[in-house]
Parts: sequence; C-alpha cells; structure tokens
Amino acid sequence: MTETMDVTGSAIGRPLRRKEDARLLHGQTNWTDNIQLAGTLHMAVLRSPMAHAKIAHIDVSPALERPHVVAAFSAKELGELNGAVPCVWPVTDDIQMPPFHALAVDKVRHVGDCVAVVIANTKYAAADALDAIDVDYEPLPAVIDMEAALKQGSVAVHDAADGSLGTNRCYDFPLKPTGDGSFEAAVKAAGDDAVVVKRRFINQRIIAGFMEPRAVVASPMGMSNEMTVWSATQIPHVLRVLLALVTGLPENTLRIVAPDVGGGFGGKLQLYREEVLAVQIARHLGRTVKWVETRSEDMVSSHHGRDQIQDIQIAATKDGKLIGMKVDLLANMGAYLQIITPGIPLLGMFMFPAIYKMDAYEFSCTGVFTNTTPTDAIRGAGRPEATYAIERIMDELAAELGMDPLKLREMNWIKNTEFPYTTVAGLAYDSGNYEAATERALELFGYDELRAEQEQRRASGDPVQLGLGISTFTEMCGLAPSRTLGALKYVAGGWEHCTIRALPTGKIELITGTSPHGQGHETAWSQIASSILGVPVDDIEVVHGDTGRAPYGMDTYGSRSLAVGGQAIKKAAERLVEKARIIAAHQLECSPDDLDFIQGEFRVKGDPAKAQPLAAVAFEAFTAHNLPDGVEPTLQAEATVDPNDFSYPHGTHLAAMEVDVETGKVKIRKYVAVDDCGVQVNPLIVEGQVHGGLVCGIAQALYEGVEYDSDGNLLTASLADYLIPSAADLPSFITDRTETPSTTNPLGTKGIGEAGAIASTPAIINGIVDALRPMGVTDVKMPATPENVWRAIQAAQGGAQ
Amino acid sequence: MTHVPISVTVDGALYEAEVEPRSLLVHFLREDIGRVGTVVGCDTSNCGTCTVLLNGRSVKSCSVLAVQANGANVLTIQGLAEGDGNWHPVQQAFKECHGLQCGYCTPGMVMSAVDLLQENPSPSEEEIREGLEGCLCRCTGYHNIVKSVQFAAEMMGGK
Ligand code: FES
Ligand code: FES
Repeated sequence: MTETMDVTGSAIGRPLRRKEDARLLHGQTNWTDNIQLAGTLHMAVLRSPMAHAKIAHIDVSPALERPHVVAAFSAKELGELNGAVPCVWPVTDDIQMPPFHALAVDKVRHVGDCVAVVIANTKYAAADALDAIDVDYEPLPAVIDMEAALKQGSVAVHDAADGSLGTNRCYDFPLKPTGDGSFEAAVKAAGDDAVVVKRRFINQRIIAGFMEPRAVVASPMGMSNEMTVWSATQIPHVLRVLLALVTGLPENTLRIVAPDVGGGFGGKLQLYREEVLAVQIARHLGRTVKWVETRSEDMVSSHHGRDQIQDIQIAATKDGKLIGMKVDLLANMGAYLQIITPGIPLLGMFMFPAIYKMDAYEFSCTGVFTNTTPTDAIRGAGRPEATYAIERIMDELAAELGMDPLKLREMNWIKNTEFPYTTVAGLAYDSGNYEAATERALELFGYDELRAEQEQRRASGDPVQLGLGISTFTEMCGLAPSRTLGALKYVAGGWEHCTIRALPTGKIELITGTSPHGQGHETAWSQIASSILGVPVDDIEVVHGDTGRAPYGMDTYGSRSLAVGGQAIKKAAERLVEKARIIAAHQLECSPDDLDFIQGEFRVKGDPAKAQPLAAVAFEAFTAHNLPDGVEPTLQAEATVDPNDFSYPHGTHLAAMEVDVETGKVKIRKYVAVDDCGVQVNPLIVEGQVHGGLVCGIAQALYEGVEYDSDGNLLTASLADYLIPSAADLPSFITDRTETPSTTNPLGTKGIGEAGAIASTPAIINGIVDALRPMGVTDVKMPATPENVWRAIQAAQGGAQ
Repeated sequence: MTHVPISVTVDGALYEAEVEPRSLLVHFLREDIGRVGTVVGCDTSNCGTCTVLLNGRSVKSCSVLAVQANGANVLTIQGLAEGDGNWHPVQQAFKECHGLQCGYCTPGMVMSAVDLLQENPSPSEEEIREGLEGCLCRCTGYHNIVKSVQFAAEMMGGK
C-alpha cells in the first residue's frame, strides 16, 4: 500500500496518504473520554427541563446521601467559583452582555441550562444522583420567536440587560452609507430602469454534529501548582487564556491538552460552562474531575448555529446590471452570549455582495435574545448564511428579469482581469478566476444537456421535474490581520506561530499553534516543511494541541490553519535554513553566500561535492564543539506571522435536482463542485475537506433543522429526531479544482475547510426552486423535506387559483 | 445493584468479570477491560460509532447488554489486525482512499464494512451506502468511505 512517500523534490502538491491514519485505523486513539486517571471523580450536570423559569428553591443535599457521591453544587454552594463565561466579541459599544455563569443563578433561560452538578466516584453514581436534587421551578412564559421577542411587552430573557435598546435586543449593528452609496439613492438614480427584488429567507438553526461528544478532564495532579486540562476542544490556546481569566488561576499553571479530537466544525470553538465547572471543582476538591456529555446533553447544550431571518433587497437595471443590495438581519443569539455569538452575522456582513460588482450596499443586523440554546460558530460561521441569501436572490432576480441565472452572474462578477478588487463591502480580493472555475464546472456538469432535459420534462409534464441549481460563491477565511480584528472589536488576534527544531539525530520537530481535529495537519504541515528543508516527510513530527509542548498558537477555526499557520511554517523553516547556513559555511570553510541549499544539504557553489546535510549541521549545533563565534548551540527557529489580509477561496457548484411534484421528494441527480483554494498542499486532504463541507451544507438544505415548540422544548433532542444524513441519503460527488494562487499569501494557498459548507446549501435549494418555478414556487423552506417541498407546491398552486 | 458474572472473549483474549445487569457491552469494553478503541457517539443507538463484531456479525455495542455477550466472541477495531504493521484490507483501503478524517466514526465504519463485505463481497455503490446506513460520519461526506469499501472489496478479491 502507499505510505507517505520519502521525497526529495517538493512535497507540496502531492496527494500523500495521511500519517494520522495508522493509529486511528487501529483504535490506538486518545480521545478525552479515554483518559482514566486513578482516583478520578465524575461530574454529572443537572439541566433545566424548562425554557424559562425562576429557581424558587434548590437543595442539592439529598444527592449527598446517595452512594458514591462526593459533592454536589448549585450556584449557591459554588459561590465565588461560579465563574462568568465570557463573550470576546462585543460588536457595538452599547451591546447588552448579560451575565452568563457556569451554573444558572436564580433563573433558567433555556432547556438544558446548567442548574447543578453532582460529583461522584463513578459516572453512573453521579448521573443517578441528579434526581435526588430538589428543585422548585416557577415557570415563566418563554419566548422563542425572534420577531415576537422584539415586540414591546414581550417576556424578557434577561431582566438584567438594561433594555435600553428595546426588549430582548442584544445589539443593533448598522452599516449605512450615506448619499450615493445608499441603496435608496442608487435605486432612485436608476429611475424607471431599476428592478428591485425583495425576499425573506429563513436560514434555520442547525447543530455542529461532531461525532465525538464533548468531554473534559481537569486534574490538579501535575507538577507543583499545575492544573492539566484535557478537553475535546478546537482551541486549547484560547482556552488557556480564557480559563485563566475566568477562574483566576494563574495562566502559567494551566496546561491545556486537546488530545485526539473527533471533529469540531465550530462546535468546539468555545469555552463551555462544563469546562469551567470541571476546573473549578477539581481545584476546590484537589481531585481529578471528569465530565463526558451524552449526545442528548449535546443537543441542548453545545452551541447551535445559523438561525437568521434575512430580509434582502437587490436592485438591477432591466438588462441585468446590479445596482445595489440591502440586507436586514435578525440573528438569534439564544439565551446567552458565548465566545463569539454576536460576531457571527458580522462575518456574513462582508460576504453578502460576494463576487459581484455593485455600487450600493447597506446592512443591518439586530441580535435577539430568546429562550433557546446559545448560538455561535458552525462551519462557515456567518458566511454560509450570507452566501445562501445572495445566491438565492441572484436566481430570483434572474427569474424576474427573464435571464439565465448563469448569464446574470457572469455579467456581474468580478472579471479575472480586475483583481485585486475592492468590493462594495470593503474587502480587497487579491485573486480569483470565476470564469475558469465556472467553465470547468459546466463542462463536468453537462449544463446544456441538462437544460435540454429539463425542457423536455417540463413539456411532457413529467411528475419528476428537473432543476439546476447554481452557486458561484466566494468566502473570506483566515480571520486576520490582528489589526482588522481589533477594529471589529474582536478581542483576540489573528496570528499564528510555528517553531521548528532540527534535532541531533536528524529528525525534525515542527511545533504548530494550530489544533487539528481531523484536518490532517500532521501530514500537510510535514509536506510544507519538507519542501523547504528537503527532509523526508516521515522524518518530520508535528507537535500540536498541548500548551505544554506548543505554547503559542491561535488554534483551528475559520479555515485559518493553512491560510495563516502555513505562513508561519514557511517562515520558521526558512529561518532555520538561514541559521544552519552559517554553521554549514563554518564547517565547509566558505562564506554563507557561497552555499546553495538543495535537497536538504548545503553545497558549495561550483563544487557540489563539498556538501553538508542539514542533519550534520544539527548535530554540530548540538555538540557545539566547533561553532562560529557568536552562534548559539542548538538549531531551532520560530516565526509568528500576522497575515496581511484574509484569504478568498471561491468556486462554482452546480446541482441537478430531481423533484417529484406529487410527493415532494427530492433527489440529488448530480453535484459538481469546482473549488479554487489556490495552491493545494495535499490535494487528497483538500478533496476530503470539500466532500465533508458539501455534506454539511447539503444537510442544512435537505435534512437538518433544530426545532422548538412554542414553549421552548427542543423537539430535535436526540439523533433519533435530528436527522444527520447517512451514506444512504447522499450521492457521490464530482469535484475538481482550479488553481489561482493567492497573491497575498507566500505559499499561494487559501482556506478550504468551510468552502463546501458555504457553497452547497444555495446550490441545492436553487435547484429545487428551479425545478418548481413553472408551478409558481419561488422559495422552499429548509430543510427541503418532502413535506416542506410539497407544502411549497401546494401554496403556490393555491395562490395561482 | 447485584452483579452478574460473565466471560467474554474480546479480540482473542478471555475476560471474566462481574457486571451490573444494566451495563452495556460498550461500557464493559471501554471501562471494565480498557478496550477504548471502540467509542460512544450517542445515547439512542443512531450513530454506529460503537459497532463491533459479536460472534462474527456487526452489532452496535451500545444496544447489547454486557450480559448478553456472555460466552460470546467479540472483535473490535483493536483486534482486527493486531501487532505492529498489520493491516486488515479494509483498514488499508480506508487509508489509501482517505476514508477518514477525525477518525471518531472510523472504528464503527470499519467494522461495519468488514461485516458488509463478508456478506456481500462485491457490493454496488448503492449496497455500500445502504449497508453503512447505521453509521454516521460528519467529516468525510461518505464519498471516500464508499470508495474505501469498493477498494477493499477489490483487494479482497470480490471484484
Ligand atoms: S453509541 Fe451511537 S449507536 Fe452506539
Ligand atoms: S471521520 Fe470524523 S466523523 Fe467520520
């Protein structure tokens, strides 16, 4: 079988099989739940069964009578240790940020809200003792619907919020250009020639759906004062800072380890209450505390995502030239603000104009509190919502104008000769070639043939209609530079770090601040370093996810790991070569300038027989017997890179959808995805990221949606009720890539982790609506289940009568 | 709670233990005998991450009581090809075709695929998709998992 290859040339661009896989395929894994330290105490969490209630009375003491129970806490017993969980993105000056404690104080605000914990010697004993806790809830009316929540007189989710913005209003974020830039002025200026299309899209709530449930082990059993925390997290480094701030434990005594982490998709980009509780209680009792969630707990307590009501207006001239766009969002925050809850829709703000040229753009977003699980980042975070709206409304506009939706897009997108291009939302896209990606996608799709078949089916009144869905998307990822994040009031930076050590035995240790949980960094990072150091991929070991071994980093989210972290690897590797060059020159008795560094060795120019491999230099740096003056022993280099800009991958996705107009059942007949993520370090991994992203977006379009009843009970409270699609629900995909290197990234790379999820949802829904448009259908509620499709048809037909 | 004695062969080794009657096979594997390669992804028997072979057939080990496995032979991902450098063809195929990312669904997927190929040595794409229906994966979109199973079938001489 193919192992990772021993390479001499550049390892970048090769579809190497992953280093990670041998372990994972043999069950030699180290999930947080596998960590079983002697004497561990287990934590179980009592969660609110109600969406909104006063805790009139709570008594945890009966739980202490139960066998094996060691301690039990409500907010009262926890006292000072009941830390406030922070939100690090206060998007406006007057944002309402109500307190959010690890355990609810006096009131519960969503089903699943943390009320109390039991600590016992076994996890079963802890779980069993929860029902001994005595709680009296005084039910309060709950508010679930965002528009209802904003009405005066609505029940307030937080009475602590001063309400100065209005009931349940978390923030109002306006982006209102004045004068000519305003949407109204632009439409007016176009006079009779202006066509305005207005739509309301609902981007429903979904879950992240990582397969490994959340888990945390907090152990004060390290050296001296150290508290070691293993967590199924995407963000060990951020967690360290935040846990220090929340608990008051000195940051230099906290070691956070993200061991094997089974997927995240944004859902593990969080400081969760259970992490705070485990650490605080471990510290209080001086014992190791472990908590592993059940899937049912996950459904109510891991953050949800999306959940926007989008009012969109788009204006164009009659011949299809875009004039402008106006976006008004209601964004559901849920009951509390988690790490970056309020900022998610603002990431979308930049993306509504997408790849299109227009002169006017207005945006507003109102964050709304409701009695639901908090929302936050899920794969794409704000950009899927924006892309959904723009790509859906481009189709609606095309229908209104009687134009082919692809023609309309072509006419308005940024031409490949026009880069760099600053969009109406203020982003400077460095590169792109929408023509090339689209051409390739059309070729693979057979667009004209499928259009012909569609005509035929329409003409013959076939009960199975065919629709073609288009999504010509772009996205921004990398989340940097730090200065820009600061201007957006985001509290953290956007840099990344790498340290590379050349060890005396010739092996390379690459320490990265990114924290993979399925993305294959061990393989891909080795490829980048190998291409610069000329060392075989298998001789490079990538260290990650442990603040004890990899102290600096900003972790993995927002498709930033390669886009930002890759730059740090490149720079550190280049610095290492320059350091080694000085030692090699000394050994070879020449000037450093007289050395070429080729295939992992320094060769004297004009006399290539005189050479010194990097490994020999590393050994020399270790013995330090004969180093040039002023050169310190050991050979290592580090780099911390703050990129110049975001990264802008793009692509064209096409979906052929079969819709049974009698039953509402839909089927993906064909799906083509041509993505452009710049230079590909490992095309095999890129392709895997595309597949996974596609299905995340398709799942939102067709299968998934979090549902509450009007009292705030979660109706999709287990994997039996919330439909994560299986292999049987999905087709295989046709994928390809065009390669337009980024001009702002030294490796030429862009992100790819979220692209599929961002692109596919509108492609699918556009396809369904395209199939049904002759019947008068202009929208289908997501997820487009047979029932929702059937209802859309019935509503349209009823309207036509 | 009273405990019940059981004796189970897991990955070739015999284990004798006393378990609670309510104890699930997956918990016995993970917590009583430390076979932590098999994992838990849900509490409603929907995810399939816990799949093992029980007397040669795939089962979700969260939907079998430990006592039901008394006298049985259990094969987990850890016993499929034990020892350094040993690979079952299905494991090889998953690596070759990039059929895993985070690896959390992998134990269940691989064991289900082993059972599937046992039953049907040359399955069609549709049969593979139907056959793996009980196992969820959030990372791969299943595309490469299907390819992995096809490739394994080829390697095992099914095609
Ligand atoms: S743990 Fe989910 S099916 Fe067994
Ligand atoms: S590889 Fe992550 S869930 Fe399947």
